[in-house]
Amino acid sequence: MAPLDDSAKKKPAEMMDVRGPDGDPLEIPKFACESMRESEPYPAYPEHNLKLGFPGELIDNWQEVAIAKIGELAKKNRAFQVYLDACVKCGACTDKCHYFLGSGDPKNMPVARQDLLRSVYRRYYTFAGKYFPWLVGARDLTKEVLDEWYAYYHQCSQCRRCSVFCPYGIDTAEISMAAREIMDSIGIGQKYCNEIIGKVKDVGNNLGLQEKALAATLEGLEEDIEDDTGVSVRIPLDEKGADILLVTPSADFFAEPHIEGLIGYAKVFHQAGVSWTLSSYASEAANFGLFIGSYENMRDVSLRIRKAAEDLGVKRIIFGECGHAWRVAYSFLNTLAGPFDFLDQNYPIPQHILEFTWNEIQKGTLKLDKSRNDHIRLTYHDSCNVARASRMGDKPGGQFEIPRNVLKAVCNHYYDMDRDTIMESTVCCGGGGGLLTDEIMDLRVKGAGPRMKALKQVTDDFGVTHMAAICAICKTQFSKVMPKYGYGMDSILSVHQLVSNAIILDGQEDGEDAAPQGDAAAAEANQ
Amino acid sequence: MSYEVNGQTVEHDEEGYITNLNDWSKELAEVIAKQEEVEMTDEHWAVVNFLRDYYEEYQIAPAVRVLIKAIKKQLGPEIGNNKYMYELFPYGPAKQACKIAGLPKPTGCV
Repeated sequence: MAPLDDSAKKKPAEMMDVRGPDGDPLEIPKFACESMRESEPYPAYPEHNLKLGFPGELIDNWQEVAIAKIGELAKKNRAFQVYLDACVKCGACTDKCHYFLGSGDPKNMPVARQDLLRSVYRRYYTFAGKYFPWLVGARDLTKEVLDEWYAYYHQCSQCRRCSVFCPYGIDTAEISMAAREIMDSIGIGQKYCNEIIGKVKDVGNNLGLQEKALAATLEGLEEDIEDDTGVSVRIPLDEKGADILLVTPSADFFAEPHIEGLIGYAKVFHQAGVSWTLSSYASEAANFGLFIGSYENMRDVSLRIRKAAEDLGVKRIIFGECGHAWRVAYSFLNTLAGPFDFLDQNYPIPQHILEFTWNEIQKGTLKLDKSRNDHIRLTYHDSCNVARASRMGDKPGGQFEIPRNVLKAVCNHYYDMDRDTIMESTVCCGGGGGLLTDEIMDLRVKGAGPRMKALKQVTDDFGVTHMAAICAICKTQFSKVMPKYGYGMDSILSVHQLVSNAIILDGQEDGEDAAPQGDAAAAEANQ
Repeated sequence: MSYEVNGQTVEHDEEGYITNLNDWSKELAEVIAKQEEVEMTDEHWAVVNFLRDYYEEYQIAPAVRVLIKAIKKQLGPEIGNNKYMYELFPYGPAKQACKIAGLPKPTGCV
């Protein structure tokens, strides 16, 4: 590798040399054929599958059922059939997947990933494939093919970056969701996703966090805020008659830096003077039904939110920092669980917490001291489902602008990463789409490579120490993989954590000498 | 997939979390810790004991923040902090300490 840029200022000690010769975070790797064939997540146990309405294990006539399912999906979903028929192998997508860029395995090129299913579709549903399979790359659905599906359709985080560059608009995420749906329908489920969806059905959230534990956690956080600021800030649970229901990923009750974000939401609501509540019944924004392409499961999870909103009698629903939850909420909530005619129609249904916070900043209700984040030199990772599958605010591109507007309002030192790796071209964190599970850590580390290279650039060029995100998966993924690239695990921050640091609450005692939370060690580690 | 403790067999899942939570014992914790290359000290035991007490009350592991707060109260800020917890349990106080304490693995986006 070529030496690093001489102008590198604050090179973290022992940082892995991840940049290519041209410093290009999207550098195309050498082929490493089949190098990721062995990467597979644990299969679901029978009880996980059964709870979701799928066969417990691989059924005897799986081949017949899977082929029928492909036909059913193609008939029911015109987009899916177009995606299977329309590809002309132009190659525009080949270097757009972070898992390909990170692993070099050509089966992680989006077109190759699509072809795993397309080749089978051709064999059974096209004239040429039925009679001249060898001419059109059509394949029988064998056990080997099924096993290959299981491996490589669990190496797609459904981030849709490739679809931005496809001249036909083919969306690999849809194909990967369909493949998982087909596999579930014959009894081949993935443990991580299916076990979690089962927990939502039983307990109301991905963690399996019951009401008593949730209430105790929130009470502890109220104490912490009061200790830090001297101000009593409530985090209400199951309060009937509140105006706003906040639905947030359960990771916000459990993990770091997620919890710091929850504290930020609470401070913003407090300062805005609105009444709000969390729900123990709908204590999860995430909806893993999306990842496995299951409309029924996605609907079941969404209906919990509707029920909670009705039972609590709220007027508005706001979603916390969760990437794919916002996709489901923004794009599908109304069709899955609507109509929401019982909510106040003067507000967006649903609304994103960042839309709320940005409105309050514009109204001037939040007193912000940006210098409280002066120990941080910040960049922002656009989470894929927010960036490419939804929007915020009332203008195109609001999902890119609003988070940056908020960050720049609370932080003096903000720098964007390479334009080809942000906004609509953002590279995935490497853990999305149901892949945030430890047995495929090698894939996760490799998939994070392009993002880490882009981060390294702004560290070299501008001394960036931290990265913020608005997705629970991104935050957990980065806290696990950043140490492999020389960054501290707390170099990843919640956007509302930075808001929380900067807010001065009415009546706050400490003035300027309060220590901002949680990240001083990482800042030091990166000097 | 199982651990051997005092001639007894204790089943665990693919990642080493025990399947039947009633199978846990202090001896088993030592066996799991050894496999994880963690040498159990009094401080490790303070964490494991807290996790088990919390689980008994709430049927879930505590948030790392809650754990740290409790340990800080019990053993002081030099031990009750995030960095030290990761020194005790390099694979994370949530996941690795839960495994040794015989609790199920926290699931979700964590």
